Amino acid sequence: MFTNLTRTAGPGSKVAAMAPLLDMKLMLSSDTDDVLVTIREGAVTQCTPGPHVMASYDTRLVATTEAWTEYLAAVPRPGYHDIFALLRAGSIRFEGNLLPMMQNLLYIKRLLASLRPEVTA
Amino acid sequence: MSLHIEPILGRYAHIDIEGVNHRIYWEEAGEGIPLVCLHTAGSDGRQFRAVLNDPEVTAQYRVMVFDMPRHGKSSPAPGTVDEDYNLTSDAYVAQIMAFVSAMGLEKPVAMGCSIGGRIVLHLAKRHPEAFRALIGLQSAAYVPRYYDTAWLDRPDVHGGRVCGAFADGLMAPTSPKDQKDETRWHYQQGGPGVFKGDLWFYQIDGDFRSEVDKIDTSKVALHLLTGEYDYSCRPADTQALADQLGIAPVIMPNMGHFPMSENPEVFLTYLKPVLEKIRAAG
Repeated sequence: MFTNLTRTAGPGSKVAAMAPLLDMKLMLSSDTDDVLVTIREGAVTQCTPGPHVMASYDTRLVATTEAWTEYLAAVPRPGYHDIFALLRAGSIRFEGNLLPMMQNLLYIKRLLASLRPEVTA
Repeated sequence: MSLHIEPILGRYAHIDIEGVNHRIYWEEAGEGIPLVCLHTAGSDGRQFRAVLNDPEVTAQYRVMVFDMPRHGKSSPAPGTVDEDYNLTSDAYVAQIMAFVSAMGLEKPVAMGCSIGGRIVLHLAKRHPEAFRALIGLQSAAYVPRYYDTAWLDRPDVHGGRVCGAFADGLMAPTSPKDQKDETRWHYQQGGPGVFKGDLWFYQIDGDFRSEVDKIDTSKVALHLLTGEYDYSCRPADTQALADQLGIAPVIMPNMGHFPMSENPEVFLTYLKPVLEKIRAAG
């Protein structure tokens, strides 16, 4: 579900250019996935699927597979188009140290949105 | 190539609000029924640029948009810049009534979005005789604190960037990118703590749930329009308010929290019939 981030937000990508000073480890979790996303200088350099033993990360986003699937649709439905829409609905949890995420909130949103299929006109 | 100059005029007026002189910036265009537009929390009057620029609207309406104190080009009152800022219902109503009075407006229409959509409910209760009609965009009686607003104003998070990121998510994914970027930019330019201070009114002080039944829609017409992608004021929230008031809301598909700014072309197609209805009602 998330491992394509090395391609969609990897070195040289538009997303990476948004946060050149950011190094963080982001855990993205669904019902079946725990993907540890390593971000260096804004670029996703590694996506490590679980299960993990003693994984260390800064921020973790935990949502149901159903919520992530809706969120990652090419054009998400109302209520599923933003992580704070999911938060309002109670279908996502933000865990760990939220500071790096909140310091780079638009970047995190663009990072996740980069997984959506492109809409062709 | 001819130079495109918009018909909007912007000026400053010195207006007493609750006994304190403020230098208030406002923009206007058109002639006719005064239409006072109220911007959202943490933003400014540029959100209504398309309404000000629409010749069909300005042929019938004198559209006027003021920046609230601390927003846009309206600075805080002298000596208050470092004060903690938490917008209250009383202060917000006072700002609007002071502007209406200072400009000598007789029975204007007031149209507000988000916090502006909430304050029109307070106006309907407190000053129904002062307005020809009220329009609430993204209007609900109450929005709970569903996230920690402390993140909006702290020294280790860039306030402009984080406020812009919040605004970005509230818009519909289908709205035009250029207009969404413009809308986000207004948030990125907001003063420190202003968005957070405005949300004090939106989420705490301006809670209108126990007041809705004090609105008499026979004294002032109330129109509600809400975008379906708004997760702050959700369509269901507006519907619940409308049900209590006994009126029918307009739910706008493919629209988010900032209809007049994120997708103005489509928004105007919803607004114009409302304005025509208000004009025809006399």
